[in-house]
Amino acid sequence: MDNTSLIGVTSIVAATLCMIIGSIAPALGETKAITQALSSIAQQPDEAGTLSRTLFIGLAMIESLAIYCFVISIILIFTNPFWNHVVAKGGG
Amino acid sequence: MHITPDQIVLFRWGPVVINATILCTWIAMLLLTLVSWLVTRKLAAAAEPRSRWQNALEVAVESIRGQVREICPEGGDMYLPFAGTLFLFIAVSNVLEIVPRWHSPAGSLSTTAALAISVGIAVPVFGLQSHGFLGYFRHYLRPAWVMLPFHLLAEMTRTLALAVRLFGNIMSGSMMVALLVAIAPLFFPILMQALGLLIGLIQAYIFAVLATVYIAAAVQREQEGAK
Repeated sequence: MDNTSLIGVTSIVAATLCMIIGSIAPALGETKAITQALSSIAQQPDEAGTLSRTLFIGLAMIESLAIYCFVISIILIFTNPFWNHVVAKGGG
Repeated sequence: MHITPDQIVLFRWGPVVINATILCTWIAMLLLTLVSWLVTRKLAAAAEPRSRWQNALEVAVESIRGQVREICPEGGDMYLPFAGTLFLFIAVSNVLEIVPRWHSPAGSLSTTAALAISVGIAVPVFGLQSHGFLGYFRHYLRPAWVMLPFHLLAEMTRTLALAVRLFGNIMSGSMMVALLVAIAPLFFPILMQALGLLIGLIQAYIFAVLATVYIAAAVQREQEGAK
Protein backbone atom coordinates (compact mmCIF):
# COMPACT_ATOMS: atom_id res chain seq x y z
CA MET A 1 0.00 0.00 0.00
CA ASP A 2 1.45 3.36 -0.97
CA ASN A 3 1.53 6.37 1.31
CA THR A 4 -1.48 8.14 -0.17
CA SER A 5 -3.93 5.33 0.39
CA LEU A 6 -2.35 4.66 3.78
CA ILE A 7 -3.21 8.20 4.82
CA GLY A 8 -6.78 7.79 3.57
CA VAL A 9 -7.31 4.44 5.31
CA THR A 10 -5.76 5.62 8.54
CA SER A 11 -7.88 8.79 8.55
CA ILE A 12 -11.13 6.90 8.09
CA VAL A 13 -10.26 4.25 10.67
CA ALA A 14 -9.13 6.90 13.14
CA ALA A 15 -12.30 8.95 12.61
CA THR A 16 -14.47 5.85 13.18
CA LEU A 17 -12.57 4.82 16.30
CA CYS A 18 -12.66 8.38 17.62
CA MET A 19 -16.43 8.46 17.24
CA ILE A 20 -16.99 4.97 18.70
CA ILE A 21 -14.77 5.28 21.77
CA GLY A 22 -15.54 8.94 22.23
CA SER A 23 -19.28 8.38 22.47
CA ILE A 24 -19.16 5.47 24.92
CA ALA A 25 -17.78 7.40 27.87
CA PRO A 26 -20.10 10.44 27.57
CA ALA A 27 -23.06 8.06 27.18
CA LEU A 28 -22.16 6.30 30.42
CA GLY A 29 -21.60 9.61 32.17
CA GLU A 30 -24.91 11.05 30.98
CA THR A 31 -26.71 7.88 32.08
CA LYS A 32 -25.31 8.29 35.56
CA ALA A 33 -26.22 11.97 35.72
CA ILE A 34 -29.79 11.43 34.50
CA THR A 35 -30.31 8.49 36.87
CA GLN A 36 -29.21 10.55 39.83
CA ALA A 37 -31.25 13.56 38.77
CA LEU A 38 -34.41 11.48 38.27
CA SER A 39 -34.14 9.83 41.66
CA SER A 40 -33.47 13.23 43.25
CA ILE A 41 -36.55 14.70 41.54
CA ALA A 42 -38.58 11.69 42.74
CA GLN A 43 -37.42 12.36 46.28
CA GLN A 44 -37.82 16.15 46.19
CA PRO A 45 -40.27 17.22 43.47
CA ASP A 46 -40.20 20.80 44.76
CA GLU A 47 -36.61 21.23 43.65
CA ALA A 48 -37.32 19.98 40.11
CA GLY A 49 -36.55 23.38 38.56
CA THR A 50 -33.12 23.75 40.12
CA LEU A 51 -32.30 20.10 39.53
CA SER A 52 -33.23 20.12 35.88
CA ARG A 53 -31.32 23.36 35.24
CA THR A 54 -28.20 21.91 36.82
CA LEU A 55 -28.82 18.67 34.95
CA PHE A 56 -28.99 20.49 31.62
CA ILE A 57 -25.75 22.35 32.28
CA GLY A 58 -24.04 19.15 33.35
CA LEU A 59 -25.33 17.24 30.36
CA ALA A 60 -24.06 19.97 28.05
CA MET A 61 -20.65 19.76 29.70
CA ILE A 62 -20.52 15.98 29.33
CA GLU A 63 -21.92 16.04 25.85
CA SER A 64 -19.28 18.48 24.68
CA LEU A 65 -16.73 15.64 25.03
CA ALA A 66 -18.62 13.66 22.41
CA ILE A 67 -18.95 16.82 20.33
CA TYR A 68 -15.15 17.31 20.39
CA CYS A 69 -14.75 13.77 19.06
CA PHE A 70 -17.35 14.50 16.38
CA VAL A 71 -15.54 17.68 15.31
CA ILE A 72 -12.24 15.80 15.08
CA SER A 73 -13.89 13.05 13.03
CA ILE A 74 -15.39 15.64 10.69
CA ILE A 75 -11.98 17.28 10.29
CA LEU A 76 -10.36 13.92 9.58
CA ILE A 77 -12.93 12.99 6.94
CA PHE A 78 -13.79 16.26 5.19
CA THR A 79 -10.89 18.66 5.69
CA ASN A 80 -7.98 16.36 6.43
CA PRO A 81 -4.78 18.47 6.50
CA PHE A 82 -2.50 15.47 5.76
CA TRP A 83 -4.62 14.35 2.85
CA ASN A 84 -4.73 17.90 1.48
CA HIS A 85 -0.94 18.09 1.79
CA VAL A 86 -0.47 14.89 -0.16
CA VAL A 87 -2.98 15.95 -2.81
CA ALA A 88 -1.32 19.35 -3.16
CA LYS A 89 2.11 17.74 -3.46
CA GLY A 90 0.93 15.23 -6.02
CA GLY A 91 -0.67 17.99 -8.03
CA GLY A 92 -3.87 15.99 -8.26
CA MET B 1 -21.34 19.66 1.24
CA HIS B 2 -20.47 22.79 3.19
CA ILE B 3 -19.22 22.18 6.71
CA THR B 4 -19.56 25.82 7.72
CA PRO B 5 -21.47 28.68 6.09
CA ASP B 6 -18.10 30.46 5.89
CA GLN B 7 -17.43 28.57 2.69
CA ILE B 8 -20.49 29.99 0.91
CA VAL B 9 -19.12 33.20 -0.56
CA LEU B 10 -21.85 35.53 -1.76
CA PHE B 11 -19.91 38.63 -2.67
CA ARG B 12 -16.26 39.46 -3.11
CA TRP B 13 -14.77 42.91 -3.46
CA GLY B 14 -10.98 42.90 -3.26
CA PRO B 15 -10.01 41.74 0.23
CA VAL B 16 -13.60 42.11 1.48
CA VAL B 17 -15.46 38.82 1.37
CA ILE B 18 -19.11 38.64 2.33
CA ASN B 19 -20.07 35.06 3.12
CA ALA B 20 -23.30 33.49 4.35
CA THR B 21 -22.20 33.72 7.99
CA ILE B 22 -21.78 37.48 7.89
CA LEU B 23 -24.99 38.02 5.95
CA CYS B 24 -27.05 35.84 8.30
CA THR B 25 -25.50 37.51 11.35
CA TRP B 26 -26.47 40.90 9.94
CA ILE B 27 -30.01 39.73 9.21
CA ALA B 28 -30.43 38.29 12.72
CA MET B 29 -29.02 41.48 14.27
CA LEU B 30 -31.25 43.65 12.09
CA LEU B 31 -34.31 41.60 12.96
CA LEU B 32 -33.68 41.75 16.70
CA THR B 33 -32.84 45.45 16.70
CA LEU B 34 -35.69 46.47 14.42
CA VAL B 35 -38.35 44.52 16.32
CA SER B 36 -37.14 45.80 19.70
CA TRP B 37 -36.94 49.37 18.38
CA LEU B 38 -40.42 49.26 16.84
CA VAL B 39 -41.97 47.76 19.98
CA THR B 40 -40.26 50.01 22.51
CA ARG B 41 -40.96 53.16 20.48
CA LYS B 42 -44.21 53.78 22.30
CA LEU B 43 -44.45 51.82 25.52
CA ALA B 44 -47.64 51.59 27.51
CA ALA B 45 -47.53 52.51 31.18
CA ALA B 46 -48.42 49.98 33.85
CA ALA B 47 -52.14 50.87 34.00
CA GLU B 48 -52.78 51.20 30.26
CA PRO B 49 -53.61 48.24 28.03
CA ARG B 50 -50.43 47.12 26.34
CA SER B 51 -49.91 45.83 22.85
CA ARG B 52 -49.28 42.16 22.08
CA TRP B 53 -45.73 42.84 21.02
CA GLN B 54 -44.93 44.63 24.23
CA ASN B 55 -46.37 41.71 26.16
CA ALA B 56 -44.22 39.28 24.19
CA LEU B 57 -41.05 41.27 24.78
CA GLU B 58 -41.86 41.66 28.47
CA VAL B 59 -42.34 37.90 28.80
CA ALA B 60 -38.96 37.30 27.16
CA VAL B 61 -37.12 39.84 29.31
CA GLU B 62 -38.86 38.74 32.50
CA SER B 63 -38.11 35.05 32.00
CA ILE B 64 -34.45 35.75 31.19
CA ARG B 65 -34.22 37.96 34.26
CA GLY B 66 -35.77 35.19 36.37
CA GLN B 67 -33.20 32.68 35.15
CA VAL B 68 -30.29 35.06 35.73
CA ARG B 69 -31.54 35.90 39.22
CA GLU B 70 -31.79 32.22 40.07
CA ILE B 71 -28.12 31.75 39.20
CA CYS B 72 -26.85 34.79 41.08
CA PRO B 73 -29.47 36.29 43.42
CA GLU B 74 -27.58 39.52 44.15
CA GLY B 75 -26.49 41.82 41.34
CA GLY B 76 -27.98 39.57 38.70
CA ASP B 77 -29.52 42.48 36.80
CA MET B 78 -26.01 43.72 36.00
CA TYR B 79 -25.38 40.68 33.76
CA LEU B 80 -28.90 40.62 32.34
CA PRO B 81 -28.12 42.67 29.18
CA PHE B 82 -25.08 40.57 28.35
CA ALA B 83 -26.58 37.14 29.02
CA GLY B 84 -29.89 38.12 27.45
CA THR B 85 -28.24 39.38 24.29
CA LEU B 86 -26.26 36.17 23.95
CA PHE B 87 -29.37 34.04 24.45
CA LEU B 88 -31.60 36.05 22.11
CA PHE B 89 -29.03 36.23 19.32
CA ILE B 90 -28.18 32.51 19.39
CA ALA B 91 -31.80 31.45 19.84
CA VAL B 92 -33.09 33.63 17.00
CA SER B 93 -30.31 32.60 14.63
CA ASN B 94 -30.96 28.92 15.41
CA VAL B 95 -34.75 29.12 15.18
CA LEU B 96 -34.57 30.93 11.83
CA GLU B 97 -33.13 27.63 10.54
CA ILE B 98 -36.72 26.77 9.48
CA VAL B 99 -36.44 29.47 6.81
CA PRO B 100 -35.16 27.96 3.55
CA ARG B 101 -31.61 28.90 2.54
CA TRP B 102 -30.88 30.22 6.03
CA HIS B 103 -27.58 29.16 7.55
CA SER B 104 -27.38 29.64 11.28
CA PRO B 105 -24.33 31.82 12.08
CA ALA B 106 -23.79 29.58 15.11
CA GLY B 107 -22.85 26.79 12.70
CA SER B 108 -19.62 28.61 11.93
CA LEU B 109 -16.64 28.45 14.24
CA SER B 110 -15.85 32.14 13.64
CA THR B 111 -19.18 33.30 15.11
CA THR B 112 -19.04 30.98 18.10
CA ALA B 113 -15.40 31.87 18.73
CA ALA B 114 -16.31 35.56 18.68
CA LEU B 115 -19.14 34.98 21.17
CA ALA B 116 -16.94 32.83 23.40
CA ILE B 117 -14.14 35.41 23.35
CA SER B 118 -16.59 38.13 24.33
CA VAL B 119 -17.59 35.94 27.29
CA GLY B 120 -13.92 35.39 28.09
CA ILE B 121 -13.39 39.16 28.13
CA ALA B 122 -16.59 39.87 30.05
CA VAL B 123 -15.60 37.62 32.95
CA PRO B 124 -12.53 39.64 34.05
CA VAL B 125 -14.29 42.91 33.19
CA PHE B 126 -17.15 42.19 35.57
CA GLY B 127 -14.69 40.83 38.12
CA LEU B 128 -12.56 43.99 37.91
CA GLN B 129 -15.64 46.18 38.03
CA SER B 130 -16.78 44.73 41.33
CA HIS B 131 -13.47 44.16 43.08
CA GLY B 132 -10.68 46.25 41.64
CA PHE B 133 -7.39 45.30 40.05
CA LEU B 134 -5.55 43.69 42.95
CA GLY B 135 -8.62 42.05 44.39
CA TYR B 136 -9.43 40.38 41.12
CA PHE B 137 -5.99 39.18 40.11
CA ARG B 138 -5.19 37.89 43.58
CA HIS B 139 -7.30 34.81 43.01
CA TYR B 140 -4.97 33.73 40.22
CA LEU B 141 -2.31 33.17 42.89
CA ARG B 142 -4.53 31.08 45.13
CA PRO B 143 -4.01 28.70 46.87
CA ALA B 144 -0.35 29.16 45.85
CA TRP B 145 1.46 30.95 43.04
CA VAL B 146 2.18 27.54 41.47
CA MET B 147 -1.47 27.45 40.43
CA LEU B 148 -1.16 30.51 38.16
CA PRO B 149 -0.65 28.60 34.87
CA PHE B 150 -3.49 26.24 35.74
CA HIS B 151 -5.88 29.13 36.35
CA LEU B 152 -4.92 30.68 33.02
CA LEU B 153 -5.19 27.31 31.25
CA ALA B 154 -8.62 26.73 32.79
CA GLU B 155 -9.92 30.07 31.51
CA MET B 156 -8.57 29.43 28.02
CA THR B 157 -9.94 25.89 27.71
CA ARG B 158 -13.25 27.10 29.13
CA THR B 159 -13.54 29.66 26.35
CA LEU B 160 -12.49 27.12 23.73
CA ALA B 161 -15.01 24.60 25.05
CA LEU B 162 -17.77 27.21 24.90
CA ALA B 163 -17.00 27.92 21.24
CA VAL B 164 -16.57 24.33 20.11
CA ARG B 165 -19.68 23.12 21.96
CA LEU B 166 -22.03 25.55 20.24
CA PHE B 167 -20.35 25.09 16.86
CA GLY B 168 -20.34 21.30 17.10
CA ASN B 169 -23.97 21.01 18.11
CA ILE B 170 -25.34 23.33 15.43
CA MET B 171 -22.99 22.06 12.72
CA SER B 172 -23.80 18.41 13.50
CA GLY B 173 -27.51 19.19 13.29
CA SER B 174 -27.35 20.74 9.85
CA MET B 175 -24.90 18.10 8.64
CA MET B 176 -27.19 15.30 9.84
CA VAL B 177 -30.04 16.84 7.85
CA ALA B 178 -27.83 17.09 4.76
CA LEU B 179 -26.85 13.42 5.09
CA LEU B 180 -30.45 12.32 5.60
CA VAL B 181 -31.59 14.26 2.55
CA ALA B 182 -29.13 12.16 0.56
CA ILE B 183 -30.12 8.85 2.20
CA ALA B 184 -33.83 9.05 3.09
CA PRO B 185 -35.25 12.29 1.69
CA LEU B 186 -38.95 11.59 2.31
CA PHE B 187 -39.77 12.09 5.96
CA PHE B 188 -36.78 11.78 8.28
CA PRO B 189 -35.10 15.13 7.52
CA ILE B 190 -38.16 16.90 8.98
CA LEU B 191 -37.81 14.98 12.24
CA MET B 192 -34.13 15.85 12.40
CA GLN B 193 -34.96 19.50 11.67
CA ALA B 194 -37.37 19.51 14.60
CA LEU B 195 -34.72 17.94 16.82
CA GLY B 196 -32.26 20.51 15.51
CA LEU B 197 -34.58 23.35 16.56
CA LEU B 198 -34.82 21.87 20.06
CA ILE B 199 -31.04 21.43 20.25
CA GLY B 200 -30.54 24.98 18.99
CA LEU B 201 -32.73 26.42 21.73
CA ILE B 202 -31.12 24.26 24.43
CA GLN B 203 -27.65 25.27 23.28
CA ALA B 204 -28.61 28.95 23.30
CA TYR B 205 -29.89 28.49 26.86
CA ILE B 206 -26.77 26.62 27.91
CA PHE B 207 -24.45 29.20 26.35
CA ALA B 208 -26.17 32.04 28.19
CA VAL B 209 -26.35 30.12 31.46
CA LEU B 210 -22.69 29.13 31.31
CA ALA B 211 -21.68 32.72 30.57
CA THR B 212 -23.69 33.87 33.60
CA VAL B 213 -22.26 31.10 35.77
CA TYR B 214 -18.68 32.04 34.81
CA ILE B 215 -19.28 35.73 35.50
CA ALA B 216 -21.06 35.01 38.77
CA ALA B 217 -18.24 32.68 39.82
CA ALA B 218 -15.61 35.35 39.11
CA VAL B 219 -17.54 37.96 41.11
CA GLN B 220 -18.61 35.81 44.03
CA ARG B 221 -15.25 34.10 44.48
CA GLU B 222 -13.77 37.52 45.06
CA GLN B 223 -16.44 38.38 47.61
CA GLU B 224 -15.52 35.25 49.54
CA GLY B 225 -11.84 36.11 49.27
CA ALA B 226 -12.44 39.65 50.52
CA LYS B 227 -14.09 38.46 53.71
